[in-house]
Amino acid sequence: MIERRPWLTALSHAVLLIGVLIVAFPVYITFVASTHTAQEIVQSPMPLLPGDRFWHNYQAVLTGSERGPGAGAPVAKMMWVSLVSALVISIGKIAISLLSAFAIVYFRFPFRMFFFWAIFVTLMLPVEVRIFPTYKVVSDLHLLNSYAGLTIPLIASATATFLFRQFFMTVPDELVEAARVDGAGPMRFFKDVLLPLSTTSIAALFVIQFIYGWNQYLWPLLVTTDETMYPVVIGIKRMISGGDSAQQWNLVMATAMLAMIPPALVVMLMQKWFVKGLVDTEK
Amino acid sequence: MGAISLRNVTKAYGSGPKAVKVIHGVDAEIPDGEFIVIVGPSGCGKSTLLRMVAGLEEITGGEIHIGGRIVNRLEPAERDIAMVFQNYALYPHMSVYDNMAYGLKIAKVPKAEIDVRVQKAAKILELGALLDRKPRQLSGGQRQRVAMGRAIVRQPAVFLFDEPLSNLDAKLRAQTRLEIQKLHTELGVTSLFVTHDQVEAMTLAQRMIVMNAGRIEQIGTPETVYMKPATTFVAGFIGSPPMNLLPGSSDGSRFTVGGQTLQLPAAAPRGGALTLGARPEHAEIHAQGSWPLKVELLEMLGAERLVYGRLGDAMFTLRIDATQVPPRSGDIVNLHVPPEHLHWFDSSTGQRV
Repeated sequence: MIERRPWLTALSHAVLLIGVLIVAFPVYITFVASTHTAQEIVQSPMPLLPGDRFWHNYQAVLTGSERGPGAGAPVAKMMWVSLVSALVISIGKIAISLLSAFAIVYFRFPFRMFFFWAIFVTLMLPVEVRIFPTYKVVSDLHLLNSYAGLTIPLIASATATFLFRQFFMTVPDELVEAARVDGAGPMRFFKDVLLPLSTTSIAALFVIQFIYGWNQYLWPLLVTTDETMYPVVIGIKRMISGGDSAQQWNLVMATAMLAMIPPALVVMLMQKWFVKGLVDTEK
Repeated sequence: MGAISLRNVTKAYGSGPKAVKVIHGVDAEIPDGEFIVIVGPSGCGKSTLLRMVAGLEEITGGEIHIGGRIVNRLEPAERDIAMVFQNYALYPHMSVYDNMAYGLKIAKVPKAEIDVRVQKAAKILELGALLDRKPRQLSGGQRQRVAMGRAIVRQPAVFLFDEPLSNLDAKLRAQTRLEIQKLHTELGVTSLFVTHDQVEAMTLAQRMIVMNAGRIEQIGTPETVYMKPATTFVAGFIGSPPMNLLPGSSDGSRFTVGGQTLQLPAAAPRGGALTLGARPEHAEIHAQGSWPLKVELLEMLGAERLVYGRLGDAMFTLRIDATQVPPRSGDIVNLHVPPEHLHWFDSSTGQRV
C-alpha cells in the first residue's frame, strides 16, 4: 500500500516506535543490569545506563569463576550443551521429516496411508502428554544426562513431515519422470532435485526448530541431573536460588543476554534465506 | 538401431473385471530413422502409448521392442530413449548447462565428453549464450529448446515428444516445427511425436498414426491419410474443415441422403447403406453440377471462403476461392464433385469401401 498522507505516516511510525519500546526496553534493562554489580542493581532507583562491570560479569559467568548461591557451572559449557542439542534436534528433525515425507509421497508401499495418518495424529499430542512414558524409555536405555537423552525424543516431528509432504506434492510429476528418463534413481532424485528445491522450506524449518530446541525447558529439566549437562535455559533457572540469600542478578542477566545471542544470530542470518525464498518463486 | 515395434500392446488401469482398458491391442512397425507422428483427439490414448514406449507407464499386455530388444521390463533410462515433455520439465534449480548434462553425469560419462556434447547441442539449438541461465530466466521457446537439448546430448536411439509445442504461441510453434524437422534431417534419429494438432501432424510426419479410443485407425503417410482415409473417423479428423460425411443409401448410380436423391458422377462401389465423403476443397460450384446445395452461411477466411449449406437436410461445407463471386445466403447452387474425389465408407463399420 502506497499512500501519500503525512499524518498516516506519522501515526504508523508512532505505533512502530511504541512497539519497539515495548519489545526492546526489557532487553535493554537486562543488558544494563548485566553490567553492574549485584549491589548496584538492587538499589533504588535502578541504574538506567550501562555500568563498568561488563567484562568482569561476562567473564565470570562464562567461566563460572564467581560462585553465587545458585549453581556455579560455567555458562560456556551450558551454551555448548544448548547449542549441540538445538542443532541435533533441528537437523535431525529436518532429516527425518524429509525422508519420511519422501517415502510417503513417492513410494507405493503397503499401509502407506496408515503410516501417514499415524504420523499426522501425533501432531495432536504435545511432548507434555507423553512425557512420562518417554522418560521411562530414556531412563531404561540409560540415556539420562547425555546428549542422546536430551535430543532423540524431541527429533520426531509430524509438523515438519506434513510440511514437506505438502511441498513435495506441488513438485510436478513430469520432473520425476524427466529424472527417471535421465537415469536418476530415487535417492539421486531426492538429493539432486528435491533437496535443492526445498532449501527455502528447510531454512524456515531450521530457524523454527533451532529456537524450539534452544528453548526446551521441561524435558531437559527431567533428564539432566548433572550440572555439566544443563542447557543454558535450565542454568538460568538454577542460578536463581530460593530462600533469603541475595541473588546475583547481574550474573543472571548476563547469562540471559548470552542465552539470547545464538537464536538471535540464527534468525538474523537465516532471514536472508527467507527473503530469497519469497522473492524467487521457482518451482 | 532405433527401430520400434509395437506388438499387440494393451493398457488397462486397475485389474479384474473392473479394469478400464484404454489401449486395445496396438500394432505398429517403425523403421530406424523415421519420424512418426501419433495424432488423435484428447483421451484417445496417444500419450499413454508414448509413455509406455518411454517406460513411464507399465505395459499391461503385448511387447514393445526398441532396437531389437524387448523393453517391457526395462527402466526408462535403460531403454536408450530421450523424452521431451509438454511442460519441458526442466530442473528449475539447475543452469541450462546442468540441465543438459544431468543425464550424462548420472551415466558417469567423463567430464570432457559431457562438455563436448553439451556444447555441440547448444550450438545446434543456438543456446550458447544461455548456458549459465536458470530455466526461469528463459522464454517459452528457449525452454523448449533446452528440453530438446537435454534429449540430444544423450544421443539416444529414439526421441519421444509429448506435445512439445502446445505451450508455445502460434508463431513460435510454426518456427519450432521447422526446427524440429531440420533437427531430424540432421540427426536422423527415430522420433515418435504425439500431438492433437493435425497441422503439426501433417507437416512433421513421414508417416502418421491416427488413433481413436485406444485403437489405431490408420497408419500412413500424410498424403495417404488425407487422400485415402481408412475410416470415417480419420476422414472427419484430418482436414480443416473436415470432410463432409453424408450417411445414406445407394442403388448404384444414385445416392439418397436425407430425403434428397443425388446423381453420382461414377457408380458407387456397391448398393445399400453407405456413407459418402467429399472434402470441402474438392467440391465446386458448377453449372453442370447436379447436387442442389441450399446456401445458409458464408465465412471469409482471406484466401478462401467457406460456404455452409444443406443437401436435402444434410449439412455440407464447401470451400471456394475468395476471388470467385460468392453465392448469397438462401441461393440454391449446383455442386459438382469429381468422381476421383468421392470417398465411400460402410455406414455400420465406418471402414472405407
